Parts: sequence; C-alpha cells; structure tokens
Amino acid sequence: MPDSRMHAEHYPGPLHNPPVRSAEVQRSASHAHHPKLQHHFDDMDQQLEASTLGMWVFLVTEIMFFGGLFMAYLMYRWANPTAFQEASAHLNKFWGAVNTIVLIVSSLTMAMAVRSAQTSARPRTQVAWLLATMSFGTAFLGVKVVEYSDKFQHHLVPGPHFQWPGQYPAGAEIFYSLYFCMTGLHAIHMIIGLGLMTVIAIMAGRGKFNGAYYTPVEISGLYWHFVDIVWIFLFPLLYLIGAHYGAGH
Amino acid sequence: MSGHIASPKLYYAVFFALIVGTVLTYLAALVDFGFFNNVVMLAIAFAKASLVILFFMGVRWNSRLTWIVAASGFFFLLIMFAITMSDYMSRGWVPGTLK
Repeated sequence: MPDSRMHAEHYPGPLHNPPVRSAEVQRSASHAHHPKLQHHFDDMDQQLEASTLGMWVFLVTEIMFFGGLFMAYLMYRWANPTAFQEASAHLNKFWGAVNTIVLIVSSLTMAMAVRSAQTSARPRTQVAWLLATMSFGTAFLGVKVVEYSDKFQHHLVPGPHFQWPGQYPAGAEIFYSLYFCMTGLHAIHMIIGLGLMTVIAIMAGRGKFNGAYYTPVEISGLYWHFVDIVWIFLFPLLYLIGAHYGAGH
Repeated sequence: MSGHIASPKLYYAVFFALIVGTVLTYLAALVDFGFFNNVVMLAIAFAKASLVILFFMGVRWNSRLTWIVAASGFFFLLIMFAITMSDYMSRGWVPGTLK
C-alpha cells in the first residue's frame, strides 16, 4: 500500500522533547486533582459516569438472573392457572402489602442518603439516612421471617412434608417452589444490601463522602433500588393473583 | 462532581406516587376483572418501576448510554419471555407432534 509506506516515510519518529504541552496537560499539572480521581479518567464527572454505567451493566445481569425465575413463573402459571390462584390465595396479602410499603420507604431514605452526600451534609446526617434505610430493610426481612415460619408450620414448604388441603396439590407445590426461590433470592439480595449499607455507613461516618466524591453511596443506592424494583413485581404476581379464587373460576 | 441533585420535594412526590400505586394495586386485586387483573397489576408495577428507575436511581439525569444499557436489560427479558412462550404455547398446534 503506497499510502502506508508514505506515512512511514513521513513519520518523524518518537518525540524526545515535546515542544508544546497542551493547555489541558498544563492545567492538570499545575492544579492538584481530587485524590479520588483515578489517572485513567479525565475528570470526576467522567469517573462517576463510568461507575454508574458499570453498575448498570451489572444490574442488567441481575435483571436476567431474576428474569429466569420470572420466566419459570410465567410458564408454570400458564400451564397451571387455577392451581396458582388457589395457592396464591393462601399467602397473606396484608403482610405482602406492608412489606411493599416498607421497601418503598427504604428506597426514599436511600435516595435521601445519596442526596445528603451530594449536598455535603454532615457525616451524622448521611449516616442517619443510611441507618434509616437499613432499619427498614431489616423490618422487611423480619416480616419475611414471620411469613416463612408460618409456611413451615402449615406444611407449605415444597418437599416430602408438603401438604395441600385444596384441589391442586401438584400445581400448588410448583407455586410454593417458585415462591420460595423468588422471595428467597430476593431476601439474599436484601441481606447483601444490608452488608453493603453497613460498609457505606461506616465510610460516611468517617466523612468520606461529600459533593465532590460520593460514588460508593450512589452505586450502592442503585443496587438497593433495584432490589426494591424486583419486589414491586413479586408482590402482585405472588400475593395478589388469588383474590378471586373460587369466584367464577 | 456535578451529578444532578434532585430536590427533596421531587423525591417525596415520587414516594407518594409509589404508595398510591401500591394501594391501587391492592384495591384493584380485590375487584374481579378476570384476566384483566393481570394487565392492571402489571401496568401499575411497570409504572412504579419506571418511577424508581427514572428518579430514585436518577437515570433521568444520566447519559444516553446509561439509558440504553438500562433499557437493554428489559428488552432482552422480553425476548426471553416471547421466544420461550412462543415455543410452549404453540406445542401441539400441528396434530401428532406433541409428545
């Protein structure tokens, strides 16, 4: 290729003494950058955008992770529509609704925790919002413990001791398998979220976050909200489909 | 860092809308719409999820690239649901093929 050879001929070779430094380089050399800025990013904005994007890529894998279970739910419900209604009628709608509201409140306090870091609020304020988020998360898990132990007592846990008083024991067992898999995986995510928030609260207490740097709070917040979104779908699909079982079906 | 800082009023408004959505889902489930109970509950759930994603997660103020990545998750989920169900639902349509 004549073009590339011409290019090679005209290549001046490595520059031993770069004559002029660009304004950008001069600026970054003369001004100290933020200590949390990694050298491969131009500035803090780009760094935050990269972190946010990276977290979203992870959350997409989480969507597909939970998506497999939602797929199983869709397929088995399509195959056993009446059995799923009968099985769902045995879940406690009231506790499900309470837990939905508890998680929404925790999402609000999480958003406020991120905001308190963005606005450089005092560490004590940041920690207070994070602790509020964690206590609502713990309350959610507490309700889950009550619900799960109730299911164990009533032999609704799939396996050799599963007992179903209704018409569709096989379909009900599939429903409760999905119920425990989906809410169980969700609860594991809640526990991981509580662990994350513990670390973030300790960092916030040490005054690590302010308007110039709050990426860890932001990123953990994304995770927390994602777990809330999963529950927003789990609540109606598991708890609310059996309200009219027996009425015209 | 100049990430968008939303006003507390906006967060409280979103929170209020989410609570209203939850109450609506609960009340709608008590009324028998037949199959349309599913449509109503999923419509409300998608509306609530959108509020959380746009405002609490702040995607509303993120770059276009983040928008696309976030949307792609749900898009691929739809592909999985559509193709899998098209298989299950069409089995036996051709006589003698259902084993």
